[in-house]
Amino acid sequence: MSEEQIKNLEAQFEARIARDEKIEPKDWMPEKYRKTHIRQMSQHAHSEIVGMLPEGNWITRAPSLRRKVALLAKVQDEAGHGLYLYSACETLGVSREELYEQLHSGKAKYSSIFNYPTITWADMGAIGWLVDGAAIINQVPLCNTSYGPYARAMVRVCKEESFHQRQGYEIMIKLANGTPEQKELAQDALNRWWWPSLMMLGPTDAESIHTEQSMKWKLKRKSNDDLRQQFIDQTVPQAELIGLTIPDADLKWNEEKGVYDFGEIDWDEFWQVVKGHGPMNKERMKARVDAWEEGEWVRDAAMAYAEKKHTSLKKEVS
Amino acid sequence: MSTKNWPLWEVFVRSKNGLEHRHCGSLHAADEEMALENARDVYTRRSEGVSIWVVESKHITASNPENNGEMFEPAHDKVYRHPTFYDLPDEVKHM
Repeated sequence: MSEEQIKNLEAQFEARIARDEKIEPKDWMPEKYRKTHIRQMSQHAHSEIVGMLPEGNWITRAPSLRRKVALLAKVQDEAGHGLYLYSACETLGVSREELYEQLHSGKAKYSSIFNYPTITWADMGAIGWLVDGAAIINQVPLCNTSYGPYARAMVRVCKEESFHQRQGYEIMIKLANGTPEQKELAQDALNRWWWPSLMMLGPTDAESIHTEQSMKWKLKRKSNDDLRQQFIDQTVPQAELIGLTIPDADLKWNEEKGVYDFGEIDWDEFWQVVKGHGPMNKERMKARVDAWEEGEWVRDAAMAYAEKKHTSLKKEVS
Repeated sequence: MSTKNWPLWEVFVRSKNGLEHRHCGSLHAADEEMALENARDVYTRRSEGVSIWVVESKHITASNPENNGEMFEPAHDKVYRHPTFYDLPDEVKHM
């Protein structure tokens, strides 16, 4: 194709997106659109998969059967969400093996929040309430994104995600209304998860390199700073309601703007964790790679069994 | 290193009797039995279905959007296939 033909196709493509038309797997798309989507969708899928680790850690120690079935169902949903997203990503012509390889080699990123440890039961509450809360704010706009398979996967994810946040908040309510020690656990978890949850919504608009292009492709519909403000404004009253204190001395209702003003985020910490120096980066990746490698003989055996069954079927037929 | 990767399957779910099976996504599985079991766990955790079809993705033949012109445009100018093309006297209220 000549350069001019490509320019022409690109112009038509941008016009389709501007008209809110969806792009489907076999449609022509600019290489950059394909690559950006593979990057974002796989990063999203990896986050769901790695996101199972900090919570899976607590399933056997859940304090009651009610808490245990809920946590188990939530972690299973995360596996499901990872699978919806991987399969949507594969429609762009990348294989599952390549995607796993990118995760295991450290080439692909996943949400940094999962590189923090889950040291008490209250962390299950804080993760559901704050981490899933921030994730939902990020994800709802994606139900309308331009790439059809991604948008459809996100509709399912968002529908299922809302129970995740409620189960977390319910854990926090119970602890906050419990003994002084239990309330202390809840406050401690909020103290540790608050700032990383704010960071989850991404670098400030000024620092975000992908925002402009992603807005054009409707891969992003609101800026990181807008999403963060929305998260803060919705979460602060929820904390107050259960008698917990947001760990930010500068947090203050701004009457004039109708939003909360908040303190400085420690972006050095964010970039350190992104670069692999968070408290749990190595352990998370090791758990993931071990699970994959130790499961290899099972995958091979299943494949060998399937092949054997098909050969004997063919013999019977002939 | 695995010698062979599990193939890709497309999943179709009937949400209730009376409705058609609808495509809902894909997954990897070693054979059709495992594909059905995985489809149940991945796509029907909240009673989304009463029946599942799985088919290995390589068996699906799809039209190419580049040929959409010759594929679908010929139908555009055949307005006589629609009831509104035909003139009726006003007295005929329903037909």
